[in-house]
Amino acid sequence: MTKHLVPDTTAAKIRGGVGEGQVHDSAHKHVTGEAIYIDDMAEPAGTLHAYLGLSTVAHGKILSMDLSEVEKAPGVVAVLTARDVPGVNDLSPTGLNDEPVLPEDYVQFLGQPIFAVVAETREQARRACHKAKIEYEELPALIEPGQVDLTNPRLVTKPLKLTRGDAQQAIASAPHRIKGQMNLGGQDHFYLEGQIGFAIPGEDMDVTVYSSTQHPSEVQHMVAHALGVPSHAVTIEVRRMGGGFGGKETQANLFAAIAAIAAKKLNRAVKIRPDRDDDMTATGKRHDFLIDYEVGFDDDGNILGVDFSYAARCGYAADLSGAVTDRALFHCDNTYFYPAVHAVSKPLYTNTVSNTAFRGFGGPQGIVGAERVIEEVAYALGKDPLEIRKRNFYGTSDRNVTPYHQTVEDNIIDRLVAELEVEAGYKARREEIARFNASSRIVKRGIALTPVKFGISFTATHFNQAGALVHVYTDGSVHLNHGGTEMGQGLNLKVAQVVAEEFQIDLEQVKITATTTGKVPNTSATAASSGSDLNGMAAQNAARQIKDRLIDFAADKHGVPKDQVVFLPNRVRIGNQEIPFADLIREAYMARIQLSAAGFYKTPKIHWDRDKGQGRPFYYFAYGAACSEVSIDTLTGEYVVERVDILHDVGRSINPALDRGQIEGGFIQGMGWLTTEELVWDNKGRLRTHAPSTYKIPLASDRPKIFNVKLADWSENVEPAIHRSKAVGEPPFVHGVSVLHAISDAVASVADYKVCPRLDAPATPERVLMAVERLKTAKNL
Amino acid sequence: MTEPSALTIRTELRFLLNDRQIALNSIRPDQTLLDFIRLDRRLTGTKEGCAEGDCGACTVLVGRLEGDTVKYETVNSCIRFLGSLDGCHVVTIEHLKRPDGSLHPVQQAMVDFHGSQCGFCTPGFVMALYGLWMQRPQPSVQAIETAIQGNLCRCTGYEPIIKAAQAISSYGTPENDPLAQERAKVVAELKAIKDGRRVEVGSGEERFIIPASADDLAAVLETEPSANVVAGSTDVGLWVTKFMRKITPVVFIGGIDELRGITVDERGITLGALVSYSDAQAVLAEHVPAFGKLIHRIGGEQVRNMGTIGGNVANGSPIGDTPPPLIALNASVTLRKGAARRTIPLEQFFIAYGKQDRQPGEFVEAIHIPLPEQGTQFAAWKISKRREEDITSVLGAFLLKLAADGTVETIRIAYGGMAATPKRAAAVEAALTGKPWNAETIETALHFYEADFKPISDMRASSAYRMLSARNLLRRFHLATTKPAGSLTVSRYEAA
Repeated sequence: MTKHLVPDTTAAKIRGGVGEGQVHDSAHKHVTGEAIYIDDMAEPAGTLHAYLGLSTVAHGKILSMDLSEVEKAPGVVAVLTARDVPGVNDLSPTGLNDEPVLPEDYVQFLGQPIFAVVAETREQARRACHKAKIEYEELPALIEPGQVDLTNPRLVTKPLKLTRGDAQQAIASAPHRIKGQMNLGGQDHFYLEGQIGFAIPGEDMDVTVYSSTQHPSEVQHMVAHALGVPSHAVTIEVRRMGGGFGGKETQANLFAAIAAIAAKKLNRAVKIRPDRDDDMTATGKRHDFLIDYEVGFDDDGNILGVDFSYAARCGYAADLSGAVTDRALFHCDNTYFYPAVHAVSKPLYTNTVSNTAFRGFGGPQGIVGAERVIEEVAYALGKDPLEIRKRNFYGTSDRNVTPYHQTVEDNIIDRLVAELEVEAGYKARREEIARFNASSRIVKRGIALTPVKFGISFTATHFNQAGALVHVYTDGSVHLNHGGTEMGQGLNLKVAQVVAEEFQIDLEQVKITATTTGKVPNTSATAASSGSDLNGMAAQNAARQIKDRLIDFAADKHGVPKDQVVFLPNRVRIGNQEIPFADLIREAYMARIQLSAAGFYKTPKIHWDRDKGQGRPFYYFAYGAACSEVSIDTLTGEYVVERVDILHDVGRSINPALDRGQIEGGFIQGMGWLTTEELVWDNKGRLRTHAPSTYKIPLASDRPKIFNVKLADWSENVEPAIHRSKAVGEPPFVHGVSVLHAISDAVASVADYKVCPRLDAPATPERVLMAVERLKTAKNL
Repeated sequence: MTEPSALTIRTELRFLLNDRQIALNSIRPDQTLLDFIRLDRRLTGTKEGCAEGDCGACTVLVGRLEGDTVKYETVNSCIRFLGSLDGCHVVTIEHLKRPDGSLHPVQQAMVDFHGSQCGFCTPGFVMALYGLWMQRPQPSVQAIETAIQGNLCRCTGYEPIIKAAQAISSYGTPENDPLAQERAKVVAELKAIKDGRRVEVGSGEERFIIPASADDLAAVLETEPSANVVAGSTDVGLWVTKFMRKITPVVFIGGIDELRGITVDERGITLGALVSYSDAQAVLAEHVPAFGKLIHRIGGEQVRNMGTIGGNVANGSPIGDTPPPLIALNASVTLRKGAARRTIPLEQFFIAYGKQDRQPGEFVEAIHIPLPEQGTQFAAWKISKRREEDITSVLGAFLLKLAADGTVETIRIAYGGMAATPKRAAAVEAALTGKPWNAETIETALHFYEADFKPISDMRASSAYRMLSARNLLRRFHLATTKPAGSLTVSRYEAA
């Protein structure tokens, strides 16, 4: 969008309206390297650089801290410790006061930032950090959830319980019962742009922080809190992130706070950017879970009752673990109706980094538990897991109440799965695979079709609000600002399309601007897939306010009824005449009509009583289904993904190209989580997989050999969400589950599908081979 | 030996950066190209993603003279030392856009096919695809995946990037590319830089030395026995970026073209110490196909363009990927100190973890690989958590010669990832030698793995998995030589 095109006032349709697959607004800048990320910004003269000194023990008291050599190191200007935090030394996003900016005398994970060095160059600051002499009294450390006594664990936040019916009784009286446990690994975000904060001090108490954050308002609040100044003194700005995925929802707070504290203390601009290893070591990740389950079912595979315990490694502080583990429970049903259910969360304290938001926010972990239960039932009865899935799907008029007592009102899973089953040729391929496996000695194939139902809304009801700011300038061009942040998903573009559609002007007339707390206040994180739902509606609201004023003005001036003022592409019809949009704006300005508006939106209908475990936490559900086929090598556990078919529901798409990008990218990321992305801590609590050399996200060559992605174009949101679209950020991530189950299916073949493979995740070649060995042994018993 | 004079030593580093000539008479010897581009030159299109050559966000092209033309290769600027660019042409993302502001074909295709989301990895992908398009304007999917094997994208899932890459040729051809059109000028400028002198920038310990020839290298190392010899810097680069280790003085051998030689004769293949993985791949694929295929599994394209087989050997890592096949093939290494050379079997070179049979001042000059005899069978397989661009969990290499009666005449088996050094499976070999090459013999021999190996557990694999998969590779090798029906392993690209 470098050229400014003249609006065509005779066009039949605007350029870039809602429903068009516009390319990302920054695509041109991305490919030329001209898109500015925070580390690319021109630095004011005298800019200093900060670096963090990290704990080398997982749990301990700091007996002494000698930083004199650090202070003397070349280029060092200042060293900051807990004592230098002028305000409240706490960054806990839920106010539990359990997450110091820098700890005073007690460290709770290996890699916890203890001090910060500020130097003339980043290199100098980084080198100086290594000169610290810190003595610890080491305390016993809890690293792995497996070390925790799950009957009486220490928790970081209040657990949740969901119940409907009498699960224990239903299980006890069921014809079949199975109990099991699944170990489900975590995931590093591996945003390509690491964490960064860049603070520029202003006059009075003021500071502006450029922060790579999904949640500018929270960063603003935290920086103010840590500085001990009112929020009005702190401005947070973010134009774009180089990826977020949840990893910059709360995790940017620390870097912004350190930069701001140093900047105000030294009255110089200060930038802080950890290297990849420190970023991965010192910031939170997706929670890994130990899922215990017990299910009772009948001979046909109808689930009668189920009992879940979702224990999560939360790390040393709560961060967002309460909401994450809640969402895991909200998804322990996936698309299945449980006549009786009991589910509890266990947010475990461990001496590891405090885990945080990551695309899906516990939901995918909940669903993986549900799908394991389906698998158990299928193998116990010798049936195709897909048959068990379909048998237990939510109904539309009955069997439609969730474990949290919300009625599912928009269920389309039957149709989605039926269509995908046909398109993917599931049945024939399953038979073909059985024939192949019977004759192939080493290589075995597997196939699985898994559904997803994902609840849309923040489960903390008050987060479901958004603001936007729209200015129309006298030349008819529009300045758009909203509370959402751009991390690659194309949110800014979608919201701009909404505004262009509203005014009926070409997309390039709408200027997308950096998110800043100074323009739209008190925003929610761009998270929970909610970005376009919330901000699109707020921006539409702002545009409509201006439009209403324009209509009033035009009707009045031209003496026509209001319904005769109609916005057409780049022009407005007033009675019998049409005038260019820009002309109307000029006239309105001359008549002193306000051409700026602050828009607002809050999601209707939702409510949630956490203590009772009842309510309507979700405005609606997004659905989808994926069918994956894999080949595994039973000598080494290596595998390839042969083919994946996805059918996904985005309602009526605002931008099908962006939505497809979210679905494809989300799937690959979900597949990575469940296959090659393995986080390994050693027994000292040191993360051993802290860079791409040791932590393996998918490559281009890990893509399915055949990859078919389709939007369910017949679907539209039953709720009046923005243009009847549906959220798309998180739900497709869950499609990666189909790969795990396809691998499991291939493993099962070595024991003639008689034993549930109970394949833990991530299903690395090692886990696959060990499962193969286990099943071979079981078969021979 | 006489003291070198100003006539034989240049104290200024010279190279081209996009359309500029750069001359530097003071550099930090461990300064990376990436920091130079971003911090000194403020060319911020090139990004730092990992500072270890594993994500590709920092990808740039480096062109070096090859006869009367320039060969451009993608490299990771994050682990490439600035000093190593002497006589090279560095091309960054900023060089691609046309003067009129229009996009390069690679860029336009990436835009049109939605190849970027967050955009942070994008300049690296554009450069990787640019490098590919110059060589192969109409690449296969496999060639595209290979070209971006060293590039990570966390947003798109890669599909749109592949589609963009397939479409580039419909946007323009390499003949009209600015780099092709300015080729003659660049060649002339690079030739002017290559003045045949040794380059020494800096003073005292903090020197970056580029010997002018192999003889000059031998001379430099005689006087600087503690210097770090750097070729591709795919490992030494990390000593700096990850561990901030002191590596000075640096002796960079990448400018010594005579060490890039590849010869094939009746005695086998001889690879000069500077032969990169990329350069070796074709000759190995021709003469020892399984070895050629294995090269594809080492690093990404950028790392293969930089890293050398000589460095992989000299480095002595227990998880280096070329030593096991080289040992199985009975390769030898020529070491040189001053004018003295010695050639030893490669397996004797690896003494213990971190310890090789290399004296101070001595350097790896060449590696000799005997061609497998007629009738022998060779295989090498790497197992890693992620199939490509990953570090080895277990790598097994096998060279078998059967007698006329079907018994094992000789077998050489070497593993990586199973011990503190790349190591022969001596006890297993003994259990196989002289026995009929059948499943029963294999199953018996599998009992001898404990005698040969006690692998460790780490973040890549457990000891148990290493042991089991190492054994299973012998089973696979047996099956591969007896060719039963059905696939022996999974493969992305062809039936294995």
